[in-house]
Amino acid sequence: MIATLALIAFPAASQAEGETIKGTLEKIDGDVREPVAGVTITVELDGEFIASAESNDEGDWEIPVPGAGTYLVRLEVDTLPDGVALTDPDRFELPALSVRENQNKTARFNLGAGLSGGTGSTFNRLVELLVIGLKLGAIIAMASIGLSLIFGVTGLVNFAHGEMVTMGAVIAYFFHLSPLGPGWPLLVAAVPAILLVAVFGWVNEAGLWRPLRRRRVGLIAMLVISIGLSFAVRNVINIMFGGEPKTYGDFAVQQPVEVLGIQTVPKNMFIIVFTVIVLVGVGLFLQRTKMGTAMRAVADNRDLAESSGIDVERVILVTWVVGAGLAGLGGVLQGASETVQWDMGFKLLLLIFAAVVLGGLGTAYGAMVGAFIVGVTVEMSTFWIDANVKNAVALGVLVIMLLVRPQGLLGTRERIG
Amino acid sequence: MDWGDILFDGVLAALGPAGAAYALSAMGLNLQFGYTGLLNFGHVAFMMAGAYGTAITVDAGGSLWLGVIVGIASGALLGMLLGIPTLRLRADYLAIVTISIGEIMRLFARSGFAEPLTGGVFGIQAFAGEFFDLNPFAPGARYGWGEFVFQGRALFVSLVGWALVGLGVIVTWKLIRSPWGRVVRAVREDEDAVRSLGKNVFFYKLQALMLGGAFGALAGLLLAIEQQNVTPNSFEPRVTFFLYVVVIVGGAGTVIGPVIGSLIFQFLFFFFDSFMGSAQEQGWFDWAGFDATDAAQVKLVLVGAGLMALMAFRPQGIFGSKEEMLVGDT
Repeated sequence: MIATLALIAFPAASQAEGETIKGTLEKIDGDVREPVAGVTITVELDGEFIASAESNDEGDWEIPVPGAGTYLVRLEVDTLPDGVALTDPDRFELPALSVRENQNKTARFNLGAGLSGGTGSTFNRLVELLVIGLKLGAIIAMASIGLSLIFGVTGLVNFAHGEMVTMGAVIAYFFHLSPLGPGWPLLVAAVPAILLVAVFGWVNEAGLWRPLRRRRVGLIAMLVISIGLSFAVRNVINIMFGGEPKTYGDFAVQQPVEVLGIQTVPKNMFIIVFTVIVLVGVGLFLQRTKMGTAMRAVADNRDLAESSGIDVERVILVTWVVGAGLAGLGGVLQGASETVQWDMGFKLLLLIFAAVVLGGLGTAYGAMVGAFIVGVTVEMSTFWIDANVKNAVALGVLVIMLLVRPQGLLGTRERIG
Repeated sequence: MDWGDILFDGVLAALGPAGAAYALSAMGLNLQFGYTGLLNFGHVAFMMAGAYGTAITVDAGGSLWLGVIVGIASGALLGMLLGIPTLRLRADYLAIVTISIGEIMRLFARSGFAEPLTGGVFGIQAFAGEFFDLNPFAPGARYGWGEFVFQGRALFVSLVGWALVGLGVIVTWKLIRSPWGRVVRAVREDEDAVRSLGKNVFFYKLQALMLGGAFGALAGLLLAIEQQNVTPNSFEPRVTFFLYVVVIVGGAGTVIGPVIGSLIFQFLFFFFDSFMGSAQEQGWFDWAGFDATDAAQVKLVLVGAGLMALMAFRPQGIFGSKEEMLVGDT
């Protein structure tokens, strides 16, 4: 009974000793086997870095892991020496290697002769990172427009916005792969996912935030309520979806293609192009339609908008529906690009905040610009720093922006108080 | 189902080391959020600063007592670093930066390049021997009556923890009755009015953030000492949410609120945990296909929903008053 006391604060305290993942890297060329030294192997758990190790002169590597579980093991392709390559370029990572208690599990990577281990020149590598960064920026943009617009029209920073991203990805997974679902292709499954998240946004506003505003609950109390909502929804998703990361069936593994000397997977290109189309659509909606204009008017000055005959409550409702739908779309894209996980939206929230503050809280265009800057900065920073702390770069960007120009790139001064 | 066991699980949790540490940490959050109106959504980062500050100092060859000082100072220093860019701005900017820093610090602690310092995912162990050398109780012996027993080791940590809580209550009470306390409460009510009286609002907010951070760090290092173990995964963002529930249940902006809140929260949390565990074993949730993990997670959903309901219907908590509560617009 005493032992349970500690669980709340220190859940990891009961880890068993002795689990490792190990392997031997050998280049097999016909009958000739030679060990490959100096290659980095990385182990992750639930998308988070655990440890990495380099193969020694015998090609051996071993990584202790914190306990039994399902780990991802990745061979860092850029660290392969010249003349060595994976026999199957897609098998650079083992996404679900399960390790039992006290097991020394072996992870196999098959290496053979190849022209070049790395992916080309420094310049090409940087351009590849730029493409990955643009893709990340595209996903952040989808999620942050809603957050920024909702702040603009209601003054609420919705800390539960990340959960709408997760919901998009998880609902699409249900229609796509769940044994209880219809098993539609991902592109079809994405449609009900986005619509249902939009409905969730509607329920959020009509069932929670509007009544709270009517009762004159203060903004700070509402921030705390959104934190509570985020926590509750996240754990409901965890119960229903499970704690393990899952991948979609479609587009999960793609052969990289070479475009203008740069290697990238087709889905990255698709995400970038598709997002640009959606963003242009959002821009046209905001500029050209009556509702879009009203939205910008309410965000700019609520009282003035109301006195000029705009139905503010309706504008807020539409903002929630549109913002939630975009967040759901962002979730599907993120799920297709990486994995679907119960806390993926919460993890993305930091990047969303950085993007929104960078562009200026309350502005839709600012959020778009900020998203791409944050995405590109975060991904390109991995050229110089450890990829596991790349999100810290976003926080750095955020803090510098707050010190230098707190209203953001496209924001106005009076908003920051 | 054994209701006696379930009840005692709750009571022991509330009175044990975790209960004391949550009360201490919540007192810090109460100084920031309850009295000064600062939205710190990353209080777990301060606890982490305290725990790692202590463990790293001992690991590097310092004594545990030096480590405790370093730990508390780290909490205050973190408050300064977070406060400088954000406290001149609207309240939500502090919230955004603090919720981010909690996750970032955890990622840093577990990253490969910080491993020589922090021990990576495995953390740092066995650094608090000097503390347990002072333990007057036999570590393995059981103290108490019937079901209500503490082991000597836990009893010692609990007593020290609750003594610190008592000290914290006195410090908070004195502070809040002092001129300084009146100024920070005025800052919460109306910053502009305070500014017009010639007070430097920014410095008062910064002081409150740093002081609350020091309380959080003390709580974090108390937990670390109790476990003889710090690992990054002990400092997940949910700890901050629990602390908000603690502060709000007890009554934000009251001296005794965090203590009452911690007792109630820990009791309910572990009572419910134990209850759901037994209920699942007896097959109450078979219709929903819940396994033990799912059943345990239901309580987290309830914590979130409980925080929402409290904030919407009774933001002043059990002992607070509406006047001492931040309800107005900012």
